[in-house]
Amino acid sequence: MDKLKENKIVEDLFPQKFGKQGTIWVISLSIICAIGLFAYGRQLYYGLEVTAMRDYVSWGIYISNFVFFVAISLVGSLITAVLRLTDVKWSTPLTRIAEIIAVSAITFASLIIIVDMGRPERFYNLFLHGRLQSPIIWDVIVITTYFIISLLLLYFPLLPDLKILIAFKERNGKWLQKLYVFLGSFWKNKPEQFKITDKAINILAIAIIPVAFSIHTVTSWLFATTYRPGWDSTNFGAYFISGAFLVGAGGVVVAMYVFRQHYKLEKYITEDHFDRMGKVLVMLALLYLYFNVNEFLVPAFKMKKSEEEHLLGLFTGEFAPIFWFAIFTAMFIPIFILLFKKGRRPLPAFIAGILVVVGSWFKRFLIVTPTLLHPFLPMHDVPANYHHYFPTWEEWAIAGGSLAGALLVITFFARIFPIIPIHETIIETESLENEKHF
Amino acid sequence: MKTNQNSRRDFLATSLVAGAALAGCATKNPFTAEEIPDVKPSGEMVKLLSVDGEIIEVDKAFLKPVPELPSVMNTEAREGITGKKFVMVIDLSRCKSVKKCQTACNHMHHIHPGQNWIKVYPMQEAEHTAPYWQPTTCMHCDEPPCVKVCPVDATFKRKDGIVLIDSDRCVGCRFCMAACPYSTRVFNWEEPKIEKEISDKPYSCETSVPQKKGTVGKCDFCPDMVRQGNLPHCVSACPNGVFMFGDILEDTVTNGAETFRFSDLIKDKAGYRLMEDLGTKPSVYYLPPVNRNFPFENKADVEEPKKG
Repeated sequence: MDKLKENKIVEDLFPQKFGKQGTIWVISLSIICAIGLFAYGRQLYYGLEVTAMRDYVSWGIYISNFVFFVAISLVGSLITAVLRLTDVKWSTPLTRIAEIIAVSAITFASLIIIVDMGRPERFYNLFLHGRLQSPIIWDVIVITTYFIISLLLLYFPLLPDLKILIAFKERNGKWLQKLYVFLGSFWKNKPEQFKITDKAINILAIAIIPVAFSIHTVTSWLFATTYRPGWDSTNFGAYFISGAFLVGAGGVVVAMYVFRQHYKLEKYITEDHFDRMGKVLVMLALLYLYFNVNEFLVPAFKMKKSEEEHLLGLFTGEFAPIFWFAIFTAMFIPIFILLFKKGRRPLPAFIAGILVVVGSWFKRFLIVTPTLLHPFLPMHDVPANYHHYFPTWEEWAIAGGSLAGALLVITFFARIFPIIPIHETIIETESLENEKHF
Repeated sequence: MKTNQNSRRDFLATSLVAGAALAGCATKNPFTAEEIPDVKPSGEMVKLLSVDGEIIEVDKAFLKPVPELPSVMNTEAREGITGKKFVMVIDLSRCKSVKKCQTACNHMHHIHPGQNWIKVYPMQEAEHTAPYWQPTTCMHCDEPPCVKVCPVDATFKRKDGIVLIDSDRCVGCRFCMAACPYSTRVFNWEEPKIEKEISDKPYSCETSVPQKKGTVGKCDFCPDMVRQGNLPHCVSACPNGVFMFGDILEDTVTNGAETFRFSDLIKDKAGYRLMEDLGTKPSVYYLPPVNRNFPFENKADVEEPKKG
């Protein structure tokens, strides 16, 4: 490939400074984070009493946010590992987007869990006195493992790109240049180096699949290992994982669109990519719908006494508006949009992606709170406000702050590193050209 | 069933002897009868019950108050009392929802206002079955779901069957609260509103006092009382003799006034446990509300008796 073409690719994919839109975006997210931090300060001082959680609803939107984050982070394994191992080529420009979403989401999952603790300063007890039989300890182990593997899967493919970035010393400015040199100056594009990283990436891509399945299965077991109606389900592992792949894929479609529009990447994230991701998304939505049918229709057929109140509360009772909103926005409407070729164009796919993400957040809320409001024994001998749950402003601020923080991490990553792998794009464009010649 | 009329005497006698022994054993050999040189008889006489069941008179100056026993160490509190396996029997035919049990428990454990470790539920299983009051403590299960899920061993089961919480270790994840099907655990969402003298007391798992912000609390079967040979506070406080507490290895339960052979009591009165089908193996048995002492009256009109 001639140098001109190569330079064009580098120029297109080089990380760009924040323009006006970017600055407004970063400042808004930072304000939300700051409010969240202030609210957390109040929570540390007064205790979890500043939330609306009480003895019955002892887990609220912090936990549903945690589940949401763990779910979204599975996309890293889906795009990077599953699609890569099945030798799918079209997903290459999406791998880094998927991995940074994964790393950012799993980081904030860990942070929001610490926020939910009544005694965060005793976090070290988990390591000093950790009991291996507790599902929480399993979660700590698999999440840490997933974080490390995802970080490596972000770093290794980044190395050839770092070499390209380092070459533009003037453009980078002092601090970014120092960062690039620190991270990747040892990389010389030597074949031996590629051999090592290629092998490492392959091994990690294989290893991440069982770990990814583990993180969301174990997270589902935080609920499924209890007796409560709505949680006492053998279906939970598969149900959660299918939901996780769905919301992760939705997240990637949203990110694809935003980066494409903002950084003018139409040549790299093409309409074909939206078509294919749209197909992936609709398949995953149908799969999740299948698991939802199993999860709700089967117990509803039996209407066991302990589950009756819970199910009716979801279908026709106080949670019905949220329940049907979630079902429609996370599944029915996106499926309807994406089944048609016109719906798999960038803008409709982006809308479908947003609906999936929003609907999925509410779905996670429905997994956590309604069950807690339908205990086996009647809610009695408690203050009146224990019978209901609506998050306080502190909870919204902290949950919003965690979401804003995750978006900030992704934003800053795209500012510092090329969001589409430069080196891999060059290699692939080259091989495509060579194919044409033969 | 037989009642043992000597049980109350035995209790009093034992505690008197224990008290006297403790009072005397601080510095001296307890086996020698010595004069207490410094104490002069005040002239005021107090009537006491002797070990043999006789009324004796002792000068008030010779009596020393039983010193408050220091709490056991954390390691011993985690082990439990050897040779015992505690069990509770709650007689639903006697409960009138007086809630003296709740008041006593809340008071003696200095629980945050508004929260209760004992809840007295209005229950009615089905449309045509009898409504009744059900005082519910922690079940101290033999297969405790709360202990299974605790990540830091802050809640644990002792060899005497009691499930305790170590508020110095609890990280406040509240997984145990999600896991408990009996909804028995409460959480200290804020700094518990208790007097300074109580909050300054050294904490012990066996007293569960003072409760700590950001940790979980629940009924503890009052191991500090039991160690001294007393009954848990709810048992002593109930005016209707609803609660019976005892040792399944000794096959005895008592409510302070009456003592029963546990196995006979459960068999004769068809005792059962809550949510037996979950497999938690509770240590609390219920005697069904048959031949009730009081009719069921739910003063809270808004509150419908709910299904079990």
